[in-house]
Amino acid sequence: MPKRVITANRLVDGAVVWRDGAGRWREEIDHAAASDDDETVARMLAGARTDEAAGVVIGPYEVEVEQAAVSRKLLPTHLRERIRAGGPTVVPN
Amino acid sequence: MQIIRLIAGQPVTDIDVWARIGDDDPLPESAPALVSLARWQSAGAGLARRNVAVGVWLASDEVLDGLISDLERLDLIALDFPNLNDGRHFTTARLLRERHGFRGEIRATGQVLRDQLFAMARCGFDSFELQAHQDTAAAHEAFSEISVVFQPAADGRAAAQAIRAGGAGAHASAS
Amino acid sequence: MYAYDTLDQTFVEQRTAQFREQVRRRLANELSEDEFKPLRLRNGLYLQLHAYMLRVAIPYGLLSADQLRALARIARRYDRGYGHFTTRQNIQFNWIRLEDAPDILNDLAAAEMHAVQTSGNCIRNITTDQFAGVAADEIDDPRPWAEIIRQWSTNHPEFSFLPRKFKVAVTGSASDRSAMRVHDIGVRLTRGIDGEIGFEIWVGGGLGRTPMIAQLLRGFLPKEHLLGYLEAILRVYNVEGRRDNLYKSRIKILVSALGIEKFRELVEAEWNQITDPGLQLGDAEISRVRAHFRPPQYADLPGRSPEFEAKRLEDAAFARWAKANLFPHERPGYAAVTISLKPIGGVPGDLTAAQMEAVASLADAYSFSEIRVTHRQNLVLAHVPQHRLYDLWRALDALDLATPNLSRVTDIIACPGLDYCGLATARSIPIAQRLSERLAALDEQYDLDQLTINISGCVNSCSHHHVGHIGILGLEKGGAESYQITLGGSSAEDVAVGRIVGPGFGAVDVVDAVETILITYLGQREDGERFLDTVRRVGQDPFRDALYKQP
Repeated sequence: MPKRVITANRLVDGAVVWRDGAGRWREEIDHAAASDDDETVARMLAGARTDEAAGVVIGPYEVEVEQAAVSRKLLPTHLRERIRAGGPTVVPN
Repeated sequence: MQIIRLIAGQPVTDIDVWARIGDDDPLPESAPALVSLARWQSAGAGLARRNVAVGVWLASDEVLDGLISDLERLDLIALDFPNLNDGRHFTTARLLRERHGFRGEIRATGQVLRDQLFAMARCGFDSFELQAHQDTAAAHEAFSEISVVFQPAADGRAAAQAIRAGGAGAHASAS
Repeated sequence: MYAYDTLDQTFVEQRTAQFREQVRRRLANELSEDEFKPLRLRNGLYLQLHAYMLRVAIPYGLLSADQLRALARIARRYDRGYGHFTTRQNIQFNWIRLEDAPDILNDLAAAEMHAVQTSGNCIRNITTDQFAGVAADEIDDPRPWAEIIRQWSTNHPEFSFLPRKFKVAVTGSASDRSAMRVHDIGVRLTRGIDGEIGFEIWVGGGLGRTPMIAQLLRGFLPKEHLLGYLEAILRVYNVEGRRDNLYKSRIKILVSALGIEKFRELVEAEWNQITDPGLQLGDAEISRVRAHFRPPQYADLPGRSPEFEAKRLEDAAFARWAKANLFPHERPGYAAVTISLKPIGGVPGDLTAAQMEAVASLADAYSFSEIRVTHRQNLVLAHVPQHRLYDLWRALDALDLATPNLSRVTDIIACPGLDYCGLATARSIPIAQRLSERLAALDEQYDLDQLTINISGCVNSCSHHHVGHIGILGLEKGGAESYQITLGGSSAEDVAVGRIVGPGFGAVDVVDAVETILITYLGQREDGERFLDTVRRVGQDPFRDALYKQP
């Protein structure tokens, strides 16, 4: 199974956040906990849903990632998630 | 179940005296009975002969057509909102009040959010079943949060246009 | 322009207070997201990819200089220093925090602005022609009518939970500069047999997944019946519109399914029963609203300005800008100036806070403190004396706002796309930027005027690509962005939906593809005909062959 992380948007400001190993929500995908084990991912998502019910984040879901061999940086496989992680690909005027 | 009723335009929390009766269930002897449109249409005459109040509830996709000639015999019409997006019965309530002169109670049931109460009251609803988790007392405020309206509706409030013209209803200004 | 009285001001303030309380309940977790979402949408607040986005209403695209300054302050204080103008004449801020939203609405209310009904399943911004009030071909100024419709639609209790969003456009002339024929309701001003003002009512236009062109519902509606008739249309839609399928819930689907005759029957039957005198428009009310839109204090000027003519001969760059960006004014000696928000290689439709403040000052100095937003994501200063155009141009040039490309090939319309929008399937802005850079030289050499490219990042077609002369739709195919090209669309009075030319192109190839299309056009064009006419004359085959046929 591919590695997956859990992401959501923060309620107060809509910022993209990623769930780390301690169940905290971090702004950088590099801090996200990644797992290729279905049970672990399901547990992480369940924890995220608890935070949603508590009004911390909105709409958590799984994102498939690849992990760079040397730098260990996490890169989402899907373009939309890469843009969520990295910000807009365009520079304002 | 607690409901909110508008009495002389003011919200009051009240106990619901109506019993919603399933299509195959017997009618209560002396309690107000709320039946489906289908039941009313098949047993209407019999129901009306009772001495106790009778009402009909409409699902969101049911319309008034079959009910118009019977309005005088109904004490309550309950209009259901299955989800927060289905706004059909805002029209139903207005037609009941403004076109057909219905003077009984019009109740909003189902997914009724406190944030819809103002619009519902304007459309002619005068009782509201709020969902269990909502704060009924706080919901009272919803009816008076906005004091300016921009179009006529069932509540007879003067729209901004009329107030500016100083015309009919202008005396009933922002209240 | 329309100025609030106590009633209008009270409403926006109460609405703001109501929303503040709704936000408090959401942040305190007393409201779930499902419960809160329709409420925040009704106040223009979206959750996008990176943050909340606030869409501020600019009624029929009209802004005062003070209001533009208020928007600049919001961009600085609450956002990242810029805003984006939309194809419905509104402005969007991309980096909003939910907890700031109530304060932002407060600041807007102080400037007689709001974000009411810029989203959600309700009646949205009433849009109109950016040259309203100054175009010589106008039968009547559409803005008072847009204002009357705006007020009636504000917080309408019966129509706040429609099957889907509802968009209305008003046009004052036979020329359609407001894309009226692709709106849910289009209102065109016209004259009756006795010369009295009335309306053509068009219904069932719309873009998105299934583009459709509005059909004529009523050929002449007397002016006093405007609101009653609209109420009848909305009521039929509220009751009969589909609610089972998100993609089939616009009024265009209902009109198409019933047929215009049956739909008309339903509307007229309903309308005949609407007798509320409160919906009748009296002359007093019409005059009251019209009084807000009186022409400014124009000076008496000669039709031609010697200074202007001289500068045009002297300065080639000025001449180029004057040729492209000026619209003839109905008053002698005046011109309507389009400020292009499409700098070559830039993000289309964006303006920085500093630029907003500068444009506000220019509006004060040159155009009676009034600015218009066009549905093509540009701005207009509508009342500039010709002899002052050169000074204005110099000032705009210093702000990088003098690109001479109105309606030219680099005047590209693009939605925010996958860089910002949660609904998008592909990016649109980088394509627009690369196209702009590539085609600028081609335009200079070969004169690519009257040629619009519209780029949408998903099927919702917020950039109106279906009615672009060249439309580009960004989709996702096998995990990569794929761009489908349509040709021959038009949003003007010769309205047409563009046709797909063939299989889509990847992000790397789409710019080449568009260039190939333009070169094909140049090879086919006769007597300097515009692109749209060439496509209509020769059809799609030459373009298809150029793009796909193996040599």
